[in-house]
Amino acid sequence: MKILYFAWLRTEIGMAEETASPPEAVTTAGELIDWLAALSPRHGTAFEKRDSIRVAIDQEFAETDSVLTGANEVAFFPPVTGG
Amino acid sequence: MAVRVQSEAFDLGVETARLTKGRHDVGAVASFVGIAREDNPDEGAEPVIAMTLEHYPGMTERQLEAIEAEARKRWPLLDCLIVHRYGRFEPGDPIVLVMTVSSHRQAAFDACQFLMDWLKTKAPFWKQEETASGQRWVAARKSDDAAAKKWSKPA
Repeated sequence: MKILYFAWLRTEIGMAEETASPPEAVTTAGELIDWLAALSPRHGTAFEKRDSIRVAIDQEFAETDSVLTGANEVAFFPPVTGG
Repeated sequence: MAVRVQSEAFDLGVETARLTKGRHDVGAVASFVGIAREDNPDEGAEPVIAMTLEHYPGMTERQLEAIEAEARKRWPLLDCLIVHRYGRFEPGDPIVLVMTVSSHRQAAFDACQFLMDWLKTKAPFWKQEETASGQRWVAARKSDDAAAKKWSKPA
């Protein structure tokens, strides 16, 4: 699946997107966060601020307990600040 | 019905004319223009030199369309426009335009405010500010969440 990062998550992890193949045991957005956090020290540091991270699955807002079944694109970002 | 996400500037007069031209049922147009500003209440004294708006292409359009559809469900709007820019802006530059068109003013006023309040908390945009001491990502405001929540019950 495609993983996207925006705002400070993008700058802290050092990339805007990556392709990830998490194991089958990773079934929710929260479990995906845990798995991604272990990929590198930069991922680990960025994902430490869990309370400040929002998630979207296939371009719809989701929660950390939302299931990933069939998801093509998962995005992580801070609370939005547009307008 | 229109939602546009663009880097280019917009022209309030042109957009107003576009939404009202040839119509005889329009009694009210409300518009809101959000502008990049220099002062920075979070930082205290340091003025903002510029800000860069980043967004999530694809999801942004979907969210804005969903917000617009919700406004049309709640108020009798004849037309509606949301233009949100992305890129780098300096103080004074217009960033966002919301226009609502209706027969009577109350629907236009209320829907315009609703669209902005929802957009602030539901459209995936992020601001990074530049000051003399460097760049920082703007944190979300609790007051924006509160403003959006007041519309959570249908009007």
